[in-house]
Amino acid sequence: MGLLDKQLDDGNIVITKVEDLLNWARLSSLWQMSFGLACCAIEMMATSASHYDFDRFGVIPRPSPRQSDVIIISGTVTLKMALRIKRLYEQMPDPKYVISMGSCSNCGGPYWEHGYHVLKGVDRVIPVDVYVPGCPPRPEALLEGLLKLQEKIRKETMVKKSA
Amino acid sequence: MALKTEEMILNMGPQHPSTHGVLRLELQLEGELIVNIIPHIGYLHRCFEKHAEAMTYPQVIPYTDRMDYLASMYNEFGYALAVEKLAGIEVPERVEYIRVIMGELQRIASHLVAIGTYGADIGAFTPFLFCFRDREKILSLFEMTCGARLLYNYIWIGGVSHDLHPDFLRLTKEFIDYFRPKIKELNDLLSYNKIFIERTANVGILPLDVAINYGITGPMLRASGMKWDLRKDDPYSVYDKFDYDIPVGDGRMGTVGDSWDRYFVRVLEMEESLKIIEQAIANIPEGDVTSAIPKRVKPPVGQVYSRVENPRGELGYFIMSNGTPNPLRIKVRGPSFVNLAVINELCKNLLVADVITILGSIDIVLGEVDR
Amino acid sequence: MKSTEEIFNLLKDKFGDAVIELKVDQPVESYIVINPLEIDKVCKFLFDNEELKFDNLMNLSGVDDDNEKKEKDENGNEKIIGRTLSVYYHLESTSLRHKLTLKVSTLIENPEVCSVYEIWKCADWHEREAYDLIGIKFLNHPDLRRILMPYDWEAGYPLRKDYKNPEFYQGMKVPY
Repeated sequence: MGLLDKQLDDGNIVITKVEDLLNWARLSSLWQMSFGLACCAIEMMATSASHYDFDRFGVIPRPSPRQSDVIIISGTVTLKMALRIKRLYEQMPDPKYVISMGSCSNCGGPYWEHGYHVLKGVDRVIPVDVYVPGCPPRPEALLEGLLKLQEKIRKETMVKKSA
Repeated sequence: MALKTEEMILNMGPQHPSTHGVLRLELQLEGELIVNIIPHIGYLHRCFEKHAEAMTYPQVIPYTDRMDYLASMYNEFGYALAVEKLAGIEVPERVEYIRVIMGELQRIASHLVAIGTYGADIGAFTPFLFCFRDREKILSLFEMTCGARLLYNYIWIGGVSHDLHPDFLRLTKEFIDYFRPKIKELNDLLSYNKIFIERTANVGILPLDVAINYGITGPMLRASGMKWDLRKDDPYSVYDKFDYDIPVGDGRMGTVGDSWDRYFVRVLEMEESLKIIEQAIANIPEGDVTSAIPKRVKPPVGQVYSRVENPRGELGYFIMSNGTPNPLRIKVRGPSFVNLAVINELCKNLLVADVITILGSIDIVLGEVDR
Repeated sequence: MKSTEEIFNLLKDKFGDAVIELKVDQPVESYIVINPLEIDKVCKFLFDNEELKFDNLMNLSGVDDDNEKKEKDENGNEKIIGRTLSVYYHLESTSLRHKLTLKVSTLIENPEVCSVYEIWKCADWHEREAYDLIGIKFLNHPDLRRILMPYDWEAGYPLRKDYKNPEFYQGMKVPY
């Protein structure tokens, strides 16, 4: 009933690797924590609205970090806020991913030179998976960032690499 | 015999789905009733004023965009007016009309976000999608003019950066005809909905004398009954040539100055902005828009305080110059910074859920509160 | 509606020495300079008087004037004197439609200004911001503490002209 049946020629048995199955399940329903700080948050809201829909990729906004898979840091990170971001990141359960949206959270943005209260890049406190450039990035750019994250998840492996 | 009770402190932290940004509210509760609210701000302090002292006057314009990111055209407008007043620069009339059209379109876009997110806070998710769909049309008009959707760098000192696209006026006229029935649709969906009225009427009543003493301006002041709008009371640019009305709150669903009034004043203001844009499009003169832009901006030693009517209130720029190409001091009087200070008075003896209602009706933008 | 000169003459008659001078010769605004420790009495008069009725404080800003002069003292060493911090008040009357600008100045060694919180509640957060970013202390303010910077920021007052950035804050590197 639906897309999967047509791909399998009406058969009922699918053979795949466990890793591929898990990765496919993880990337198809990334629930994001709604964490908007500044101007990029408005573009993130516009991406979730009906013109550029986020829901068709399986991404819905969740209010709590305990229920989400991905956090999109959109906006300028200040020194006062950086410690709280670290605490929120530690509250998310594994596996978790981070998308850094906009130049302010990539590297400090237009405030790099004289900003005495701006943290020059959120990767000074938490590890980042995907960087989306722009000031603010267009909704299409954020969707491409999400697709790149899905590519990265597809290649993940549960086996620890030796050496 | 009464039970002994203790006050509880609840933290509505910097990350919260309904606080419209990074704002921390410390609630002191007696059961479910609020005794005191202490707001903590500064989580988005981006050092605008220190940057402004290191840049030249035209280089400050992209930074002014990013303060109130929902009304960027108006921030640039206010700054350009202040510097032109200090340096004595005259702009052509076509530039004034273009600035007014952009400003009023920006006002409609900003009110749509305010209304959409207010509905989403109360629990109604559908108006959010409707408002953002209409906002996309306005953003495509802006993108046709200057290339950006949210932060424009369009209004420069002495003029604007590009002239209007040849199709702009025709498409704006089509947008006005498309949008008028949408306001009626929004009213049917949200404004006269019984659940919405139950949650917002008689909640957070702001008396007029308290409002003036706290320095409140904008739709909040008009909802408390005072007809005060800087476009009519202290006119700037060419606003005195247009014919429009100032909506005032009258307490028809509850009391004068409650949250429903604050919300409904914004809906009525969108209608008035459509009238202004129609008149501006009909009368816009021809001319060159970049002719008055100076090569170097070097105002004489002095100072100026100039203000405009933002979608949120009175936005003031206090600029001091010492004769060099860099300003000595720029202080921005943001309306959200002043409007937020009254929240302690509004929330006495109300429930925790009413704090969300009142905060949404004040309509703050944290970029302007913290600068 | 009254002009700035008329208000200056009115204040000079009532308060004498607390009102220092009237500056009109520079663009664009003209302003009146007042003694910093008497500003609350002058503002109460401006608020209550029937002809003036300034009921709206539009803006209150702290400024670092950057006007230091160097001179030699008795041993022949160079020292810096005369640097001042100022506060500008912009007032308005919603009923009588006139505006006014006031200025107070203090030396940087001990900057103290009387607070006008009792008259306009709007001044509460503006004065906290002036204290936080420039370092001016307001006497009789109910709760003077930092508002925009973190509460444990020890590196000084950021908007002063000689401010230097710290290297680390709670384990995070601050410069680029």
